[in-house]
Order: sequence, then C-alpha cells, then structure tokens
Amino acid sequence: MAVPAELKYSRSHEWVRVEGDTALVGITDHAQAELGDITYLELPETGRMLAEDEIFGTVESVKAVSDLYSPLSGEVVEVNSEITDAAETINQDAYGAGWMIRIKMSNPEELDHLLSAEQYEQLIRE
Amino acid sequence: MSDSLIFEKSVPGRRAANLPECDVPRRDPAELLGEGNLRESLPLPEVSELEVVRHYTRLSQRNYSIDYGFYPLGSCTMKYNPKVNEKVARLPGFARLHPLQDETQVQGALQLLYDLHQMLAEISGMDAATVQPVAGAHGELLSLMMIHEYHHVHGSPDRKLVLIPDSAHGTNPASAARCGFTVKSISTNAHGLTDMDALKAALNENVAALMLTNPNTVGLFESDIVEICDLVHQAGGLVYCDGANMNAMLGITRPGDMGFDVMHFNLHKTFSTPHGGGGPGCGAIGVKANLEPFLPIPVVSRREDGSYFLNEDRPHAIGSIHSFYGNFLNAVRGYAYIRALGAKGLREVGENAILNANYIRARIQEHFDIPHNRICMHEVVISASRQKSQSGVRAMDISKRLMDYGFHPPTNYFPLIVPEALMIEPTETESKQTLDAFCDALIQIAKEAAENPEIVKSAPHHTPISRLDETAAVKQLNVKWVPAEA
Amino acid sequence: MAYIPHTDDDRREMLKTIGVQEIADLFAPIPEEVRLTGDLAIPPALDEIGLVRHLQSLAEKNRNLDRYLCFLGAGIYDHFSPAVVDALISRGEFLTSYTPYQPEVSQGMLQSIYEYQTLICQLTGMELANASMYDAATAIAEGALMAIDITHRDTVVVARSVHPHYRRVLETYILRSGFKLETLDHDEGVMSMGVLSKQLSDNVACMVVQQPNFFGNLEDLQTFHDEIRKVGALSVVCVDPISLGLLKPPGEFGADIVVGEGQSLGCSMGFGGPLLGFFACKREYQRKFPGRIVGATTDSQGRRGFTMTLRTREQDIRREKATSNICTNEALLALCATIYLCEMGKQGLQQVADLCLQKAHYAFDRLCALAGVEPRFQAPFFKEFTIRLPFAHPPASVNQALLDYGMIGGYELRKFYPELADSMILCVTETKTREDIDRLVSAMAQITG
Repeated sequence: MAVPAELKYSRSHEWVRVEGDTALVGITDHAQAELGDITYLELPETGRMLAEDEIFGTVESVKAVSDLYSPLSGEVVEVNSEITDAAETINQDAYGAGWMIRIKMSNPEELDHLLSAEQYEQLIRE
Repeated sequence: MSDSLIFEKSVPGRRAANLPECDVPRRDPAELLGEGNLRESLPLPEVSELEVVRHYTRLSQRNYSIDYGFYPLGSCTMKYNPKVNEKVARLPGFARLHPLQDETQVQGALQLLYDLHQMLAEISGMDAATVQPVAGAHGELLSLMMIHEYHHVHGSPDRKLVLIPDSAHGTNPASAARCGFTVKSISTNAHGLTDMDALKAALNENVAALMLTNPNTVGLFESDIVEICDLVHQAGGLVYCDGANMNAMLGITRPGDMGFDVMHFNLHKTFSTPHGGGGPGCGAIGVKANLEPFLPIPVVSRREDGSYFLNEDRPHAIGSIHSFYGNFLNAVRGYAYIRALGAKGLREVGENAILNANYIRARIQEHFDIPHNRICMHEVVISASRQKSQSGVRAMDISKRLMDYGFHPPTNYFPLIVPEALMIEPTETESKQTLDAFCDALIQIAKEAAENPEIVKSAPHHTPISRLDETAAVKQLNVKWVPAEA
Repeated sequence: MAYIPHTDDDRREMLKTIGVQEIADLFAPIPEEVRLTGDLAIPPALDEIGLVRHLQSLAEKNRNLDRYLCFLGAGIYDHFSPAVVDALISRGEFLTSYTPYQPEVSQGMLQSIYEYQTLICQLTGMELANASMYDAATAIAEGALMAIDITHRDTVVVARSVHPHYRRVLETYILRSGFKLETLDHDEGVMSMGVLSKQLSDNVACMVVQQPNFFGNLEDLQTFHDEIRKVGALSVVCVDPISLGLLKPPGEFGADIVVGEGQSLGCSMGFGGPLLGFFACKREYQRKFPGRIVGATTDSQGRRGFTMTLRTREQDIRREKATSNICTNEALLALCATIYLCEMGKQGLQQVADLCLQKAHYAFDRLCALAGVEPRFQAPFFKEFTIRLPFAHPPASVNQALLDYGMIGGYELRKFYPELADSMILCVTETKTREDIDRLVSAMAQITG
C-alpha cells in the first residue's frame, strides 16, 4: 500500500495535501483497497462549511458504505466533479486524480491533529 | 435456451389464457373511459401456455430449495415446510374469503386467528399477540411504534434512545430509525454476550428500549438475560426480543418469563411457513399486558356468547400497519403447524434444534476457528480466519465451494463482530446422515483450502452460472428488459 | 409430530460426539429460573388426518366465495386465476427457497424477479420497479416516506378518495415517523380540484391518489400532475393493475411513484393476505427507493446472470441510515403476478380489463334502472361503481338480504364516509356472467321493490 511521505493522514483513512491556505482531501490507498470496487460517491456542494471530523460525504462499494470525515475545518472551495461519474478513479489513483474536495482551512493548527505517513503506516499495520 | 427471458420467447399474436367471450352488450371503451385515459399499447409478452409452464419449470430447476437439499442459512431457520400446511391453506373456506365480508360470515377464520394469538402468547410467555405484521422487520417496526406510544402515554415522550447490541441484525437499527429513535450500539464482550458494563453505562432516562436478540446472532443464549431486563426496567425502559432465533427456545424457555415486554416471531422461520424465495412471511408480535392497549386495529376479540369480532374500539391503538389482517394464509399454516406438534412436539423442536447445532460444532471444531466454542443454541458461528491467513481462502469462498458439494451455503459475513463469519443453522428437521455429509464437505473444503486453495477461490464450478460481476451490476444498472432496437 | 428424523440411537451417538450425557445438558446456558418445568398449555398434537379434519371444520364455518357470488371489491378482487399459476408457484423449488442471497444457486428466483420488475414497468410506464412490498397500503407509505426523503419536505397530502384502509396505514407510518398528513376531500366522488391548488404548498412532499379511486371513479391525473408540479411536490399514484390493460399508464402522466395492490394478478383473496404491494418509480430515485431489486450482469465466463443489486440502500448494510427497514417482502406473490401476466399476455390482459369494464357497465345500467336505485356519482368508472339505494333499504339490510340469494353484496360506505351512508360500492369482474349479473339485478329488485 502506498503511503506518500509528503501527505498527512486521518485515523478514518483520509489524506490531506496542503497547498497554501487550502488542503486537498481524498481517501487513502489502503481505504480504497479495503472497500473494493467503488461504485458511488456522494460529495458536498462548494461553499459548504465543514468542521473537523464532520461527515462530508459517503463512498460506496458493492456491499459496503463508508462515511467520509473532514480532517480539517473550513469551507469547501472545490469539488472534484470528474470522479462523481467515474468513481473507479479512486481505486486507480487514490492520491492523484481521485482527490475529492479542496478545503480553505479556517484553522490550520488542526493539521497537528493528523498523522504523519509513518504514523499512518503503523495504524494500518495494526 | 433455458436461461432466456420470457420476453425473448414472445411472438406477436400468440396467446395462452382461455378467457370468456363478452356476453353483455359491448360498448366502446373510449366512450366509457374517455379517449385520453386509454393506453396506446400494452407491451406484455405473447407466449403459449406450455411455454409459460416450461419457462417457469426450468427456472425452478435453477433454484436451490429446502425441498431439494440442506439449507443451513444461519438465523433463517430453513426447516422442512410441511406439505399438509399447503393443503389446508388452500381450502376454499380460507383461500376464498374476502376480508370485508361481514364478520358473521367468517367466524372460522376469526376463531383461527384468535386461537393462534392465544397459542403464540402461551409459547412466548406473553399476554397477547397479533399476526398483523407480515415480516420480521414489520413486527419490529410495529413494536417500536408501540413502545414510542407507551412512553408518550406514560409521560416520558423524551425517551428517544434505543440500545442495540453490535451483533444485531440490520433491521433493528433501521426499524428504530424509522420511528424517529436514535440508535446507540452496545458492545459484545469476549464471551460473545452483551457487555453488562457497556449496557449499564448506556442506561439513562432517555432510553426507550433495549432491542435484544436471544439467543443472539452468535448462537449463544444471553445468560444474564434476567438481570439485563431488570436493569432496563429500573431505568424506565422496555425490552424488545428479536425472536428470529425462537426455534431453540420452543417449549424450553419463554421470552416473557425472562422479562421481555414485547417480541416478534417469524412464522416463516420458527413455525415452518415457507419463505417463498423472499416472502410472504408473518412477523407476529407478542406483548405483555403493559403494551396490549397499543396493539394495532383491528384486534380479534371474543364476545361472551363465544362469537368473534374485529374490534376497532381501541382508543390507544397505534393505528393499522396492513390493509387487512396480515398474511392470513400464513397464519393458517402456522396454526396448522402448532396443532400438528402440540406441546410435546414444540419442545422436541427446541431440543433437537439445539442438538443438531451442537453436533455440527463438535464435528468441525478442529478444522475451523470457532470464536465462542461452547454450548450453542440454534446455530453455530464459525470463522474462516484460519483459512484466510493461511491461504487467502475467505468465508465467501468456502460458501461458494459448498455449492459444488450440493449444499446451500451458510450465512456469511454476519454477525459483523465475527471476522470471516459462517453462520450455520441446521434446524431440527435434518437427519444425522445429512449433518454428517455436510460436516464431511466442510472438512474436505478446509483441506482443499490448505492444499489447493485455487479450487476453493474459484468455486463454484458445478452451478448454472459462476460468480457474477456485481460491480457491473451496480455501475451498468440493468433492472428491466428492453427490446433490442429493430 | 414434529417432523424430526432422529432415532434414539442417532441421538445417543450425537450426544456422545458432543460430549454430554443427555439433551438437557445442552440447556446449561439457560438460567434455571427461566426454564419451563412443565408442558406448554397447547392442545395435544393432531395426526395428519385429524389435523385436516380440524382445519376443514374451521374452514366450513366461513362462507367462501366458491359458494357465493361476490360483488364485493374495495381493494380485494375476485378475478380469474388460471390453473397454471398455482401449479407453478406451488413448486417446492420456488416455495421453499430463501431470499436469493447466493446468486449461483438462486437464478430461478432472481430471473423471475427481473421479469417481474420488467412487467411492472411495462404496465405502469415507469423505469424502475422493486422486488415487491407487503401490500398496497405499505407501498403507499414507503412511497410517501421516500418523497419526504427526496424533497426534504414534511407534509404528505392524501386524497380522501383513496382506500380508507390505505389511508389508515399511511397515517400510522407518517405520523409515527414524525411527519404531517393532510387529507383532500372528494367532490362528487373524485378529488376536489378546486381545493387542491389551495391545499398545496411548498411544504408538501407528495400527494397520494388512487386510480381508479376507492369509489371506482377515474381521477383526472393530468390536471392533478399539472397542479402538484407547480409546488414541486411528487406524486404517489396507486393503481389497479388490471385496469392498466386499458388505461393509460401513470408514467405517461408524469407520475413520480406508482404503487398498487397486486392481489388481482392471480393471487388468492385469502381473507386479505398475503397480498402483493408493487412499487415503481423514476430512475432518478435509484438511490432512494425502498426494498430489493434484481439486476442483470455477467458471470466470470461471460454468461448472463441475475443478482440483487443497489444493495447499499438496504438495512443489512446501511443499518439505521437505510432507505427502509424492509427485508422479507412478498417474492412468491411477485412470482405469482409474473406468471399471471405472462399467461394473460398482451391480448389476455386487455381482454380481462375489457370484460370487467363491459360487465360493470352492464350491471350499473341495469341496477340504476331499478326504482329508487341511482348512480351516486357521474364520473367514468372501470370495474367498480357507487350506487345510492332507496332510503327504506340501507346497504347493510340489502347485503343481509342478498346473502339469502347466495350473494355477497357491495361495500357499505357508512363507516368511513358517513355522508354516503345510503350508498354502496359494487364490483363486477370477468368472473361474473351475464346470468350472474341478471340474478343480482332481480334479487335487488325483489329486495328493494
């Protein structure tokens, strides 16, 4: 399972890529592998305000549903509309084309609550 | 072409049913109904009667059934469905009754319902029963509506919390949510039973009810059940018994005596009415006196002169949940089953159901992990964890491979708290020879998993179709036939 | 007789394998204090001869419709069911199977459900049908709750011309789920269009109508849909499937959700159960609709096969967030309806519908020619119609008298429609001959004459 070193991770298997005052969010390679073939995705509208750990959407495979938790507080400024009709992109490229939302961070200090790549690797080994 | 669709056999102009000619003066439908109300075309298939018979006979041959073989689906109680019950359910005196006939014309039907309610109450240790719910989930929903109303009438409408063990069937939380309750999950302890500390911590003045399956979905009897019910009652809540697993308790112990206030029965499990490929069922409920006023209308009652009537004068009733009186013909089947067994027969069901489940447990325990390997009730839950870690063979693979040996698979991946779960419920109607053949197959598959895992992973090999692309079934959704473009 | 195969030797060997002395040792996990010490108070076991005799004696206490001419409808209908229907659904391969969770050994049931879904779509003009609901009443309730979920609105409006029992179930479901229910009165036997536009608001999630309605009359589905569109509410249209042999399908009026009672499609009246709720909707609601659905796909060798799909809506996966709690449905009756519709076919269903229409109108004309008997409404009707009886002969006494002529009369409206206490709804299906109808008319003439 790929766990890129430059990203931050949540315990609920989302990844975060900080780009200036915004953060790109998706689910990890481990999460997509556990779910299997992803069939459906529900993402928020842009403009929605999210709190840390708030549910921002759901991801479904044939026989499982998982809620998506926002790793950070802030406004949803961009949603990856490419993947809502091509959810398999997440299986194919979880850290790239499979990104889900971009959040304009309202409290960047929350980044400290997230796991490093090393810590996340430890988590999924358990 | 046994697998072609009936639509693909259609030929324009072909007919099947032999219908009467019109023997009254015929008028133009457009005049009677209005031109704008008439349809332009009716795209139904056009086939002969023999084609209908062959098509559905052949389809039936592509379907596993109890009549064909062993069907050990856990929590589904796939026991023999006696043929005599089918015979009596087809008596014109039951099958050819209209539900809105005057009650003086249907005294036999009302008597049967009244007596069945009495017998279900006696079997479960409850005070009253109704067969109006037509499925287990329907009975759950009704019970929760009644619990909701009970708290409302007793001045605590704020009780909005329903406690449900994490081992429970998914209908429990789904039914609770539908009644506006919030669900809190209660963990299961290392022994596979309700965690008493977790329960105590969750009990407070907001708790409306605990929904508990007993015996639970791990196949174990909740030995602390009396204390559990006492604790919930002390906190002001009620206790609901999911009676899906009632089979093992028949004649041996009764939910009402344990302290449950309300329970549902699955007549299509415990009382042998056929499951029909997914219904019709009957999800009768039994209640204690405290909930009796809330039973749905109409209630079948008896007058002092011995006549029966449909009682709607019930001010606290929660309303109705079915067009009429539930799945009456299934009530006839369940009634016939109980009358054929009598008290001693019912107890024999419980005893032999427990015997059979434990026999399977004893025979396969060396070959599979059994997370809670002690005396079980109606079913035994084993795990394919050992096989998964050794050779990547999963519970699903073992299920599919069982088909090659001529058996229906057990329930897999449930309960959720047991990894790689295979839930095996043999029921009392299976012989030792059948159980031995099944256990031999499971042991053989365990051996295959170790020595030749590919044959298990690619199973089934001898069924009409192999594993289906379920992802495509969702993503390229095709849920109705459409004619090919001409 | 508990249908248990074990001999005493079998039991001894099995107990030995388990490692206990006797069966009672297996009750160890059950606390002593809750174990039964005596027998249940259940009547003694009956052998098969005695059992059948007992059930026959109960059945004989009922007046069954093989012996009485039935002109009662009101939701349950005495339609013809060809012999092939019961012969095929009685096959143990269908009858004694479980919900088809394992597609490799359940293709028979799965394919038949796929065919059923297709037939329901063909009949109703809709895009998506599920594998069945409990009955029309609960199908309406599920449809209304789905509309609430889709629109995020909290009010359901139901026409008073919808079957009163369906309205009663709808009320239970809607109010107990914490939502609101309003009723739109009828005006001369059809929903009051004048009041409709005033009653609709942007709080209304959906409106429920029945076609033909409870009185037998045709509603104006076009105007109805035009009105509800103005406020963005959805429609739940409950239809008589037999009528769809002739009537324009609700899908062509733009219906959002179409439900109905499928008992007419070859199923027994059975004192009102088991019934068959059918449920169809627009494809855009595919993530919101309740119940099971079967889809076609291919297996690992490219062969067509069928499996339950869109499963993530369901309770076993989504638990408290499921679109409904429904699990076991009415699959065998869906099979019954499937076989019935194939046996009838295109021409047969049209013919059945036409026979109902013609015979009902013949009966209506002849009855209304009797002194004191009048049409209660003027609207077009299909197989049921409402008549007003002479003041001196209220419906209950007429029905009582008809029994002596070997007939079950019409539905007495007094209970749910006090303003129509002098009227009854009669139903005439294809199972009645002209001679039967003439007998009804002459009995009615003698009773009211």
